Amino acid sequence: MIWAAVLIGAAGTYSEKLLGHLLPAALLDNTTVRRITGYLPICLLSALVAVQTFATGTTLVIDARVAGVAAAVIALMLRAPFLVVVLVAAIVAALLRASGLSE
Amino acid sequence: MNSDDMVNSDDIVNSDDAAANDVSMRPTTVKALGVGVATGAYGLSFGAISIASGLDVWQTQALSLLMFTGASQFALVGVLGAGGGLVAAVATAVLLGARNSLYALSLAPRLRLHGFAKFAGAQLTIDESTAMALSHPDDSQRARHAFWATGLSVFILWNIGTLTGALGASFIDDPGTLGLDAAIPAGFIALLWPRLTSRSMWALALVSASLAIALVPFLQPGLPVLAAALVAVAADRIVAHRSRRENQGGTS
Repeated sequence: MIWAAVLIGAAGTYSEKLLGHLLPAALLDNTTVRRITGYLPICLLSALVAVQTFATGTTLVIDARVAGVAAAVIALMLRAPFLVVVLVAAIVAALLRASGLSE
Repeated sequence: MNSDDMVNSDDIVNSDDAAANDVSMRPTTVKALGVGVATGAYGLSFGAISIASGLDVWQTQALSLLMFTGASQFALVGVLGAGGGLVAAVATAVLLGARNSLYALSLAPRLRLHGFAKFAGAQLTIDESTAMALSHPDDSQRARHAFWATGLSVFILWNIGTLTGALGASFIDDPGTLGLDAAIPAGFIALLWPRLTSRSMWALALVSASLAIALVPFLQPGLPVLAAALVAVAADRIVAHRSRRENQGGTS
C-alpha cells in the first residue's frame, strides 16, 4: 500500500509539473485557477497542522505534541530556520514525556 | 521545495539589480548552492519524519527522487502515518502539488525547453528554482542558468539530506520518545508560516484548521484534511462574488 501511494503520488505530482510545461501560458490569465491554486497550500497545510497536532486516529487528544507545536510557533516568530523549528518541537515534546508531565 | 519566502520572487528582483550587467554567472551559481544547502538541511527532517511515519528508507528515498516537491512529500507521509488511506494520501499530495503547474506555466515561455530538457526541467520545477528563475525577468540567459543551477543543487542536496535523515532515524526504536510525532506538525507549520502574509490568509488558515478538527471524529483519517481543500474553492467564490459586486457598483 505504501509503495502504491509513493509511486502513484509521484506520477501525479510529476504530471502536474509536466502539464504546466506543455499547456499554453494563457491559462495563467484565468483568475479562478490562479486564486484556487494559491489558496490550496494554505488550506491543506493548516488542516495538516491541526490534525497532526490534535488527532490520534479519529479521536481528538491534547498531549505533548501541542506543547511541541507551540514551541515551534515561538521559534518561527524568532525567525528560526526550518530545521531548528522542527528540532525545537521534537525536543520540547520529548522532554515533557521524559519528565512524566505529559503523554 | 516548501513555501519558503523564496516564492515571493518580487523580493528577490530588486536585490539582483547590481548583478544585472555582470556577464559572469558565478553570483547566480553561488546563490543556487546556498539555496540547495538550506533545502538539504530540511531534507534531513523529511527523511527522519518519513521513517517515523512508517515508511522504509527505500520508500522515503523514492519520494525525494521521484516526487521531489517537499510539501507534497511531507503531506503524503503525514497522512499515511496518521492512518489515512492510499486515496487520501495521494489526493492531498497532488492537491498540494498543483501550484507547480502554475510555476511551469509561467516558466515555459522563459525557459523554452525542448526534447529531453523539457522532461528533466519539469521534475526540477519547484518553489526554489521558479523563484530564482523569475527573479531575472529581463535576462533569459541568466533566468535559464538560475533555473538549472538551483533545480539541480536542490535536487542533489535534498536527496542527500533525505538519505542521511532516513538512515539516522531508522536506528531509533520509538519515534514518540524522541518527539518526532511533534516534529511532523511543526514541519507543516514551518511550511505554512511564510504564506500567512495577510489577514485574509490567516482567516483562510483558521477556517481550514477548524473545519478539519471538527471533522476528525466523523471521517476516516486523512479525509478531514482533504475536506479543507473545499475551503479554497469556497474562498475563491466569495472573492469572485465580492469583486463582481464592486465592479457593478462602479466603486473600482
